[in-house]
Formats: sequence, structure tokens, C-alpha cells
Amino acid sequence: MPDSAMPDSTTPGSTMRSPIIEMRDIEKHFGSVIALAGVSLDVFAGECHCLLGDNGAGKSTFIKTMSGVHQPTSGEVFFEGKPMSFSDPAAAIAAGIATVHQHLAMIPLMSVTRNFFMGNEPVKKVGPFKLFDQQLANKVTMEQMSAMGINLRSPDQAVGTLSGGERQTVAIARAVHFGAKVLILDEPTSALGVRQTANVLSTVDKVRKQGIAVVFITHNVRHALAVGDRFTVLNRGKTLGTANRGEITPEELQDLMAGGQEMVALESSLGGTV
Amino acid sequence: MVDAVQDERVRQVSKWRQALIRPELGSIVGTIAVFTLFAFFAYDSGMFKPQGILNWSIVSAQFMIIAVGACLLMIAGEFDLSVGSMIGFAGMMIAVFGMVLGLPMWLAILITFVICAAIGAINGIIVVKTGLPSFIVTLAFLFILRGFTIFIPQTIERKTIIGGIKDAAEGDWLAPVFGGKIGQPIFRWLGDAGFIDTFQRGSREGQPVIDGIPMLIVWAIALIIFGHILLTKTRFGNWIFAAGGDAEAARNSGVPVARVKILMFVFTAICATIFATCQVMEFGSAGADRGLLKEFEAIIAVVVGGALLTGGYGSVIGAALGALIFGVVQQGLFFAGVDNSLYRVFVGVILLAAVILNTYIRRLITGER
Ligand SMILES: Nc1ncnc2c1ncn2[C@@H]1O[C@H](COP(=O)(O)OP(=O)(O)OP(=O)(O)O)[C@@H](O)[C@H]1O
Ligand SMILES: [Mg+2]
Repeated sequence: MPDSAMPDSTTPGSTMRSPIIEMRDIEKHFGSVIALAGVSLDVFAGECHCLLGDNGAGKSTFIKTMSGVHQPTSGEVFFEGKPMSFSDPAAAIAAGIATVHQHLAMIPLMSVTRNFFMGNEPVKKVGPFKLFDQQLANKVTMEQMSAMGINLRSPDQAVGTLSGGERQTVAIARAVHFGAKVLILDEPTSALGVRQTANVLSTVDKVRKQGIAVVFITHNVRHALAVGDRFTVLNRGKTLGTANRGEITPEELQDLMAGGQEMVALESSLGGTV
Repeated sequence: MVDAVQDERVRQVSKWRQALIRPELGSIVGTIAVFTLFAFFAYDSGMFKPQGILNWSIVSAQFMIIAVGACLLMIAGEFDLSVGSMIGFAGMMIAVFGMVLGLPMWLAILITFVICAAIGAINGIIVVKTGLPSFIVTLAFLFILRGFTIFIPQTIERKTIIGGIKDAAEGDWLAPVFGGKIGQPIFRWLGDAGFIDTFQRGSREGQPVIDGIPMLIVWAIALIIFGHILLTKTRFGNWIFAAGGDAEAARNSGVPVARVKILMFVFTAICATIFATCQVMEFGSAGADRGLLKEFEAIIAVVVGGALLTGGYGSVIGAALGALIFGVVQQGLFFAGVDNSLYRVFVGVILLAAVILNTYIRRLITGER
């Protein structure tokens, strides 16, 4: 692989490699609501691409078209260079795309382990039958959770008994565990404490270095700047542009996210990167 | 088990308490209560003699067969109100194919299973595709199926009961799987050895009063074991919980929710058909009014067994115990010589008590607020 020989593979945005996932002119309509009016974005392996924008800008809708929850009304998706359309989330997960949704895909009545492996249950053969390997599942869950800095009382504990941040951590640990190629995080730190936030950010950094592509949605500019390689700002269903790390100051990013009147003045400062 | 890191914020919970706090607890308590009650008030009535035991076991097994199906379906987040009508319809189909059209009984049974499974699938597909509450969709099928069950025999035979099935099933290989008995040699031996009574007079003199376990009971036990293992020990079981707990979250996690729900409707229909086939083979006839109100009895047994009406939580063992409570109460009141109308009062009281207790237990387990 010539790619791996590149010295600056941690900043692939500046190289000429092909993106692992590329979204072109994605539009998504819900009846008369135009949630996305032509959004393009690409993510490279080993990069953390931050997606920013106001409430209702369309960030969640956009990543849902990446993770197979929504099918775009129009536009094209390329996965590893090939045109791709995920008919459902299962197809995207099978391709190696794992997502932490803003409204966590967690079931409160079920145990942490059962939630962790929901849709990806490990099985073991017992005679002619394939049974859910509860022991392995419990072990992996406990390991992954303590790697995220949360000591579970028991893997049998119902998710409903966890705090909001603990639930978010389960969702993140699960996505990290199953996100073989692309990891999508929709506001993963919104309910987290200082230590857990630091943990999530360093996890993002770690998986990025392992060559996984990360899409990171946040309203917190400091979090974005801490781990992001590139920053794309959405506003009312459109992209305002993409900036590389180091080419934009926190203040500029902040103003851009607010999407206010200062925006016009700021567009020039994004310069050639737009 | 994995060694949990000792957490200073967890009060040590005794093993005893942990083993006790489970979804089935309400129905376990109920079962003990009911048996204790009848041991006091109906002990001399023969309720706990072999024939008495067989009597309430058969009634309980009937409830169990439909409760297993209703339980898995309810955990998957749906209802089937057409179970009772399906029982009548399936019985009538066997009679129509086997008696009116004269097909061999095994073929009539197999065709009936295919038709009823297909109707279950249609129920499921309509619910999944339209997003309508299953309550409404299956309520429609409650009427549709009952209507056909009355219309078909009336039109072709000018009556609402088709009999003679026992004779027609003579020598058939499949019919005894539903209407037969097993374990005859064991009971003969028990009778000879004096462990159970034997007939003292008549054509069956010297034979034991119980000559075997009806296949109905075998089916009930087999379905309970199958349902319990499927639900708690397989990946499909996890999908059943997930589909009922939160269909959208499950779908976003890659669970094939539509497939799970449709299959559970099919399974419920198959359970109803098993019930109907056993009943038809036992009675030797199919009647248009068979299975009336069975859907509610199934749902009550499931809820008494600790399942949550809105889905995502429950236990097959609990549902089976709920069915057992029903069977024992229904027959026990009869043995105790209590007026039949009080049965309903009893059912209502048990339902209410069980649901209150179950809600409390569930909150302890799941941290619901
Ligand atoms: N299923 C839907 N049906 C109709 N409209 C929708 C649907 N989903 C999203 N929308 C609309 O699309 C727009 C974008 O929503 P989206 O959830 O993507 O915003 P967001 O950028 O994630 O906001 P936030 O920062 O608050 O999470 C909103 O105006 C929303 O009302
Ligand atoms: Mg959002």
C-alpha cells in the first residue's frame, strides 16, 4: 500500500487519497419539509471530520442518510469508491459503519449486555443449535465499558437504571466496538461529565489513529477543535463550507456555527478552503 | 460471570434477593397462593387425585399453548386479538378439508397449518407495513375469521358443527400427534403396581384410570421449552425484546424488526392452530363457536406472567404459570363446588393483584420511573 508510506497519514485531508465515504449533493425531503438541500461531504480513513451547525440545520438527518436510517431523496453515496445505497441500518452496519445516534438507540428495559450486542449478538454452537453467547457478551461489555471509564455494577443491569451519561457511554462503546471502518457520533458528549468527555475525545483520537474514519457532530467548538481534522458547517440544510485544521480560529468557527449576520464577513476568511 | 469491579455505591444485594426479583415472581407467588388455597378448600374433592390432576392439567395446557404464542408476540410489541377466532377457523378448516372434501386427515391438518400461518403472516404484514396498531388490525381479523367459520359450514353443510372426525382420523399417521396419548405402558404399570387406581367395573375393568398423557400436554410443555429457549438463549430472542422495547432503536441497531414481528404473528397463529387441532381430534368435531374469548384468556395469562402490555418485557415461564393459575382456578372452583359465575370474579381479582405486583417488581429490575 503506497498510502501507508505517506509521512503525514494522520492529516489525510491534505493528501490525494480517495475518501472512504463520499456523499454528493444529498437532498432529503420529508413531505414538504426540505431537511437537506444538497449537502456534499467526504471522509477519509484516519480522519476526524467534524460536522457543526445550529439546531435544525440538518446534521442528524445527514448522518442518518450515511448510516442507512434514511434513504436520500436525491444525491449519491460512494463507499470505498463504489456507488452504494444502504437500504437499512443493518446494511450500513454490515459494511462497517457504526453510529451513535443523538437519541440513543438504547432500550431501557434490556440489560446493558443485550443492548451492547443488539443486532450483532455473538453466537456459539451447542449441538445443532446456535445460542447467544451470554458469557462472551458479558465479558466484552464489561471490558469495553471500563475502557471508557465506567465501572458497571453488573452487565445484567437494565439500561433504564443507568444515568444519562452512562447510557451515552454504552452507546459510544458499542459503536467503537462495531465501527470497523466508519464511526459516526451525533452529539456524543452532550450528557457527559468532564472525565467521560475527555475519555470520548481521546477515544476518538485513538480510533482515528487506528485508521478509522470518524464523523463527529457537536455544538462545542472546543471539543471539535480538540479532535477535528476538518470542519464542515451546515446551515438550514446547506453546507457553508469545509475548513482544515489550523486554517480557522475558534472564534470564526463559533460565528460560522451561529449562522448569523457575521457570516457574510466571515466567508472571506474561509478563503480557498470553501 | 465476570467479576464486577467492587463499586462502593452498590448496596450488597443478597443472592437470595437477586434470584427472587425476576419477571416471573408475581406468577410464582400466584401459583403458590392458588395451590395453597385449593389444598385447603378442595382437598377432599379429588382435585389432587390422579384424575383430578389430569383434569386441571389439560385445561392449563390449553391455556399454555396459546399463552406461549401471545407472550412472544406481546414481548415483540404486538397483540393478536384474532387468536380465538383463529382456533374456530382452524378447526373448521380441518373439518372442511378432511370431512367435506374427503382429503386424508394428515393432508387436511397440513393444509390448515399452511393457511393459518399465512393468515398470521398477513396480520403481521399489514401491521408492519401500515404502522397501524395491531389491536385494530387483529380486531378486524377477529370478525373476519369468525364470520367465515360460521358461513362456510352453514353454506356447504347447513349446520355449524361438523362431526365424525374421530372415525375419519382412524389409522392416520398425523392425527395421533395431536389427539393421541403417550406413556400408556408406564400408566399400566403404575396401575398394576397399585400406585394409581384402576377401574373396578365395566369394559375397562383392571385398566388404570389414567391411561396416558394427552398429546395436548406434551405440546404445551414442548412449546414452553421452545419459547423459553428462543427468547432467553438465542440472538432471535434478543431481537424479540428489542423489537418490542423500541422498534426504532432496534432498527437503527440493525435488528430486522419487520421480520421479527411478522414471524411472531405467524408463531401465534401456529399456536392457535395446534390448540385447534388437538381440540378437534379430542372432540371429534369442529364447531363454529370454538375458541370464543380465548384471545383475552391468553393475554391475561401473559400479563399475569409478568409481561408488559406495551412490549419489550416478559417471560415465557411466567406466561406458562399464568396459564396454570387459570386452569387450576377454573377447575378448582368446579371441584370445590363453587358457583361458576364466581370464576370471573376470581380471574378479575388475580389479574389486578398480579399486575400490581408485577409493576412493582419490574420497576425494581428496570429502574423505570
Ligand atoms: N422525520 C422527519 N420528518 C419531518 N421533518 C424532519 C424529520 N427529521 C428531521 N426533520 C426536519 O429536518 C430539519 C433538520 O433536522 P435535524 O434533526 O437533522 O437537525 P440537527 O442539525 O440535527 O439539529 P440539532 O442540533 O438540534 O440536533 C429540522 O427542521 C427537522 O424539523
Ligand atoms: Mg441532531
